[in-house]
Amino acid sequence: MTSRKGSKKSNVNTEELLSYYKDMLLIRRFEEKAGQLYGMGLIGGFCHLYIGQEAVVVGLEASAEAGDKRITSYRDHGHMLACGMDPNGVMAELTGRAGGYSKGKGGSMHMFSKEKNFYGGHGIVGAQVPLGAGLAFADKYLENDRVTFTYFGDGAANQGQVYETFNMASLWKLPVIFVIENNQYAMGTSQLRSTSTPDIYTRGAGFDIPGEAVDGMDVLSVKEAGDKAVKHCRAGKGPYILEIKTYRYRGHSMSDPAKYRTREEVQKMREERDAIENIRSILLTGKHASEDDLKSIDKEIKKIVNESAEFAKASPEPELEELYTDIYA
Amino acid sequence: MTTEILMPALSPTMEEGTLAKWLVKEGDTVSAGDILAEIETDKATMEFEAVDEGTIEKILVSEGSEGIKVNSPIAILIDDGEKITETKINNAPKEQKAFAENKKLHPKVELLSTEPTPEPEWTDTTKIGQKTVREALRDAMAEELRRDEKVFLMGEEVAEYQGAYKVSQGLLEEFGSKRIIDTPITEHGFAGIATGASFAGLRPIVEFMTFNFAMQAIDQIVNSAAKTLYMSGGQMGAPIVFRGPNGAAARVGAQHSQDYTSWYAHIPGLKVVAPYSASDAKGLLKSAIRDNNPVIFLENEILYGRSFDVPEIEDYIVPFGKARVWRKGADVTIISFGIGMQYALKAAEELTAEGIEAEVIDLRTIRPIDYETIIQSVSKTNRCITVEEGFPVASIGNHLSAYIMEHAFDYLDAPVINCTGKDVPMPYAANLEKLALVTTEQVVNAAKKVCYR
Repeated sequence: MTSRKGSKKSNVNTEELLSYYKDMLLIRRFEEKAGQLYGMGLIGGFCHLYIGQEAVVVGLEASAEAGDKRITSYRDHGHMLACGMDPNGVMAELTGRAGGYSKGKGGSMHMFSKEKNFYGGHGIVGAQVPLGAGLAFADKYLENDRVTFTYFGDGAANQGQVYETFNMASLWKLPVIFVIENNQYAMGTSQLRSTSTPDIYTRGAGFDIPGEAVDGMDVLSVKEAGDKAVKHCRAGKGPYILEIKTYRYRGHSMSDPAKYRTREEVQKMREERDAIENIRSILLTGKHASEDDLKSIDKEIKKIVNESAEFAKASPEPELEELYTDIYA
Repeated sequence: MTTEILMPALSPTMEEGTLAKWLVKEGDTVSAGDILAEIETDKATMEFEAVDEGTIEKILVSEGSEGIKVNSPIAILIDDGEKITETKINNAPKEQKAFAENKKLHPKVELLSTEPTPEPEWTDTTKIGQKTVREALRDAMAEELRRDEKVFLMGEEVAEYQGAYKVSQGLLEEFGSKRIIDTPITEHGFAGIATGASFAGLRPIVEFMTFNFAMQAIDQIVNSAAKTLYMSGGQMGAPIVFRGPNGAAARVGAQHSQDYTSWYAHIPGLKVVAPYSASDAKGLLKSAIRDNNPVIFLENEILYGRSFDVPEIEDYIVPFGKARVWRKGADVTIISFGIGMQYALKAAEELTAEGIEAEVIDLRTIRPIDYETIIQSVSKTNRCITVEEGFPVASIGNHLSAYIMEHAFDYLDAPVINCTGKDVPMPYAANLEKLALVTTEQVVNAAKKVCYR
């Protein structure tokens, strides 16, 4: 159980670095665009942005293999983009259109892709944890040799069902990685005011589940920890806990007045620890890419995001008949 | 002093049992706490201890005797030093007498002699056997476990203990611990794990020891299992069965005696099944396991030990959404489901004496509901009452009344009456418990009222 500081690892090749940069940038630009569309009234309801936390999903997706599964909470846009879901389909779901992943019937918090093994998108804090263990249960039952990444936040880490799940996952040696995205605030309640012990990764100890804390602002650290956890699970040793210390720059949802933390705190994080800036500087200082290379990537990402917004605006609302479909299989 | 040793009641619902083995013989001296015999019920085999010291004078019931009624004498104990004689039998001790009184108060309806209208699949040549509801449920699971490798059973005490109510008896032996899985006592957690497994294509059967405990898991049932198909735009759903005893058992008080039918019936995305007979328990459970949706399968502890006709048809399936008419009648329609059927059928029998012929409909599934059969019957009888054990507010009967009013108003000659359990938490005291449940008398009176008699 170790804690890492932001690293400048040298054993990563240019291609990998560039893909992390691209994937993280896509999430950030996509989320910024979603925020804009929300402001324009095109996205309704709750909308929880992932800005600041991009290194978590991008690092872990780099550790995943084909067929591995993932499931998360309502702050799910980043997870969907990172596992390769189509930004058009995600954005169109945010606008509640027929072209969305759930035909407009799920919304920001409830999206799924069977094809990409993305099992949601769940709106009830903590509920995805036993569900994720259940996905892993199925893989073990079917002898698939796959693992499930089950993401939840520091807030959900206080839910009782999480510990019920830890117990059974350890008892039955389920191939599940519990990824605690600790962004330090459960909605507006800081971890200091909600959580009796700050190191959530140690909470698996009572269930004989190994855990470690990871610097979530450094995608390379996340990738390295992810590899270790995946190896553990695939070896049949049961679950693994990764507590990834991260930070969200935006509010809990779009309607968050953010009175629980100072603007300076957020600003400091952005300036000193930003994951995208971090990888950008590695790319440039290590001469993996030039400013021009990065500019053209930025341009490419901007184009993808703009297209998704255009698609999401142009896609029609679902047919009225859709009200009564998909209730029963 | 001579004392009769009586057949003990080893569970709240036990009425009779088998004297499996005597561990003492005539002439043996016993002390309080000594094990006298092994008693087998339909749920378990238990040891039975002496409560007094003395000498076993006579054993009245031989080993292996079946169907020994609770509170009937099984042996005679005399005080030490007293001569063994052939006569002088005192009355049962006071405590046991009081218990016998309680048993009389306990709400029970005699098994019915009237035969139901045969099911369409049962032809003249169909062989009919007798099975308990418990055996029927076990057989249904065993058949489906054999048919599909993706089916597994999970729950508290389902494997090594053979089921808290012995429903999963023998399944561990046949299917092994990979597929018959004992869980820790964590309903919320294992309901979620099973639902997740169903998202990934397995077909779990989750046994709740009782549906009272499923309240711990209701978020996973409602928010995860029932809604995912819709929220995913049809991409993935939950082919899962949540089953277990629902409703009042006997003398277990408020927290263990609630009928949740209307709770689950409220939720789009769930299917809700409440069988009464053994053949329906079997055929509907097989349908439930094959269904691609989450199915709430509401059993009843009191009915587990009841025997019914079960057709010996290979792969016997009862489809959802098809009510069963147990009795034809022209004067009043009585609609019920699950254990409510015992009151409905008994009332129908009593009403015959009054010259009222009731048509008794067993809904069998509450989601979907067979509205067609209901409206057809009410259009014929022009009168309707509903019977269920649950609370009155927002009951299934309320819904049926509203539906009938909307769709058959002109056919009604009287307002529909809902016979339900009373609007109180279940009391423990035997007399109050009886009063809290729906009763046959309530049903008879309601039927007379709608017939203006």
